[in-house]
Amino acid sequence: MSEPDNTILRLPDQSTARVPKKNFITAEDGLLSWLLTGDHKRIAMLYLISITVFFFIGGAFAGLIRLELLTPQPDLVASDTYNKFFTMHGVIMVFLFLVPSVPATLGNFLMPIMLGARDLAFPKINLLSWYLYVVGGIMVLTTMVLGGVDTGWTFTTPLSTHYLNTHVVTTGLAVFVAGFSSIFTGLNFIVTIHRMRCPGMTWFRMPLFVWSHYAASILMVLGTPVLAIAIVLVMLERLFGIGVFDPTKGGDPLLFQHLFWFYSHPAVYIMILPGMGVISEVISTFSRKRVFGYTAVAFSSVAIALFGFFVWEHHMFIMGVSNYSALVFSLLTMLVAVPSAIKIFNWSFTLQQGSITFETPMLYAFGFMGLFTIGGLTGVYLGSLGMDIHLTETYFIVAHFHFVMVGGMLMAFLAGVHFWWPKMTGRMYPETLSKMAAVITFIGFNLTFLPQFILGYLGMPRRYHAYPPEFQILNVLSTAGATVLGIGYMLPILYLAWSLKYGPVAGDNPWQATGLEWQIQSPPLTENFTEIPIMDHEAYDYDWLEHKTKPEVTTVG
Amino acid sequence: MGISPVLWQFLIKWLTNSALFPPEASTVAPWMDSLYFFLLGMTVTGVVLVGAIVTTFSLRYRRSVHPVATQIEGSTLLEATWTIIPLGIFLVAFVWGALLYFRIYNPPVNSMNVYIVGKQWMWKAEHPGGQHEINALHVPTGQPIQLTMISQDVFHSFSIPAFRIKREVIPGRYSTVWFEATTPGEYHLFCTQYCGTNHSQMIGTITVLSPDDYKKWTEESTSGMSLAQNGERLFASMGCNACHSGNAAARGPSLAGVYGSTLQLTNGSQVQVNDAYLRDAILNPSEHVTAGYAPIMPTYQGQISEDGLIDLVEYLKTLDSNYRVQQTLTTSEADQAAHPASGAVKP
Repeated sequence: MSEPDNTILRLPDQSTARVPKKNFITAEDGLLSWLLTGDHKRIAMLYLISITVFFFIGGAFAGLIRLELLTPQPDLVASDTYNKFFTMHGVIMVFLFLVPSVPATLGNFLMPIMLGARDLAFPKINLLSWYLYVVGGIMVLTTMVLGGVDTGWTFTTPLSTHYLNTHVVTTGLAVFVAGFSSIFTGLNFIVTIHRMRCPGMTWFRMPLFVWSHYAASILMVLGTPVLAIAIVLVMLERLFGIGVFDPTKGGDPLLFQHLFWFYSHPAVYIMILPGMGVISEVISTFSRKRVFGYTAVAFSSVAIALFGFFVWEHHMFIMGVSNYSALVFSLLTMLVAVPSAIKIFNWSFTLQQGSITFETPMLYAFGFMGLFTIGGLTGVYLGSLGMDIHLTETYFIVAHFHFVMVGGMLMAFLAGVHFWWPKMTGRMYPETLSKMAAVITFIGFNLTFLPQFILGYLGMPRRYHAYPPEFQILNVLSTAGATVLGIGYMLPILYLAWSLKYGPVAGDNPWQATGLEWQIQSPPLTENFTEIPIMDHEAYDYDWLEHKTKPEVTTVG
Repeated sequence: MGISPVLWQFLIKWLTNSALFPPEASTVAPWMDSLYFFLLGMTVTGVVLVGAIVTTFSLRYRRSVHPVATQIEGSTLLEATWTIIPLGIFLVAFVWGALLYFRIYNPPVNSMNVYIVGKQWMWKAEHPGGQHEINALHVPTGQPIQLTMISQDVFHSFSIPAFRIKREVIPGRYSTVWFEATTPGEYHLFCTQYCGTNHSQMIGTITVLSPDDYKKWTEESTSGMSLAQNGERLFASMGCNACHSGNAAARGPSLAGVYGSTLQLTNGSQVQVNDAYLRDAILNPSEHVTAGYAPIMPTYQGQISEDGLIDLVEYLKTLDSNYRVQQTLTTSEADQAAHPASGAVKP
């Protein structure tokens, strides 16, 4: 059978192919078997469903925000309601979608398999982390039902402690609980990577996906407790007036922001690093090449994690911090931008001399590279002290972090979901429709957020319910883009759901990829491997794969 | 053809009234914009470069043209290149940005001081001559203006995009920023830090006037009392002069000429007396006891508004003798005549 030139997708003969009867999904029946499972793959599926639900709730709030901003007048909802919209959008998207998105779903599913292990080090803690996530999520939904919260996702004191009478404590508690879910995930990953690698799996044979999760896990374990402390202090201040953030009692209102950003800046790396791992896997697979400069990419992840802890004050350059400390933090911010630049160029040069095909995951990965480059470079504007004065707290910031978080992370997440969907479910999604969705998402995204850079330079402040009329045309463009983007996100949920029953059977390794996860059946068995594999080659070794598959090809012949 | 005339008119109106670039109305704005264009150049170059590399490789090495990949480990030389060149560019952005930052946040010595008090959800501006404005600020061209700002409640942020300046307005602490306006006109004032329900209504108009027009404006809109005069009145009515009388036997230190001096405190530290110190010493006196005096001053936390504190500070700035302090103490009625308080009559 001759292969088509434009794809590496190789599906088994559909007339005879069947999804294996025995796999982790069919292993046990009944709701309880899911709710009490210790299987990392089932927990990953639970996470996937729950974060998708929260993504669409958060997305609905984004839609409402854009609808309100269609006109300069505050005419759709009351100001308090608008403030609740952007707060809920931020809280849900950051804490309930972006932080767990790749690590808790794809990472959870794939990490043990990539390391040649049967499960994570602590399966029960893994399940506990999902329950904590759900409890946190339900608490957020509860605040929504009870009337919402309007602090903004940053909980800035003294607004959150003394001036608002919405459900700050409940939301804070929700974030606190969800934070522990992320600490447990990080802890589990670190121990698994250290202790559970199969024979022959040295550190530098691990896929880059694992490296980036390792870096993100360090951030989760070391950063999240600081957020928990900050949140507890806000709650104590609000309930008992302990005064740490209250200047009239000798407290310092700025202290909260130091604590908050000490977590929340590393948190953006918690969000983006696992996405970078996905991109490394996808680009390598669809160009049939080892990632250019494997060690540089691996170490740049660790470098981002380390530097990431020492840049938090760049969120506070205009807040009256010492000019000289601002200088230090600005310099460190410039340094943390370099590893990201290295990664972008390494991925670009992975394509060189490759044999490239353009399936859906690859399209999303290209989208990621373009948007993340813009998102990363606009970060340099904000790290540059003087420029930050004009741009901070405007729509420029909004555009910048949406380019990184949505243009970068969400693109990577979708690339990963499409890439590993056949592995997770045993079925392929419709290829043409999914390519269309990738293109629509890319166009919609740019239309939504490029105008916001211009708005930002014009000075339009973020979190504004009403704005001067001369800003309208750019806001209309942005809202139009958001509509397109909404369609781009609705499509995958529809066709992926469809593919669960009607998609073509994927077979073990539809993409001809090298990772250990592709050498086992799809969907995998509960125990992943019938016998623990021995890693006798580098990651991304396409020669090894070819020699391995040759005998099979000749027998099928 | 095709497009309806109504829609067409609508589009024209819309496009002509839309802004794509903010006006440059301060001395610092052109500096900010040149850094912006440098960074924009960097972004466009970066994106075009990555785009070009990816597109070229995608065309040259697509599977139909290049069916078998050639494995490449990496290249230290290339990797060093794309580590060092971006690092160099980022360092230029760092130095350039730092220079601009120090320029914007270090006011020149000859600047005129205007006080700004932020509260949910309005801006109050107080000129030294006693002009009060709400959600508005009138400033002359060609004169550096320093804003000394404080918030009465939550964090606010004072932003004038046309001047390219912004500074957080913090509860319990003075923050400053300065600018020199260049072009007369009206510009937006925004609160850019989310501050509660009517955050987006906490806006105002900056009116830049020529020096002559500004002079005319100050004369027309004065309240008759300068900030220092208000402060003197407050000083007397709060009974501050009972202790801070300047007598040798007084229970409090003399305040004449205290502004700008260096004080030795009982806790052993030395402080430079500025606006922030005076404010803290009034609100939290037990932490700021001048050496040689007993910690007997009560706190005035909650008893004086931020505006009142500004008046007091302005008064103390102008106080260079204790003559008038003692006068108000001995004569039962405070002299509230509108002539300047600062040493008009020397003992």
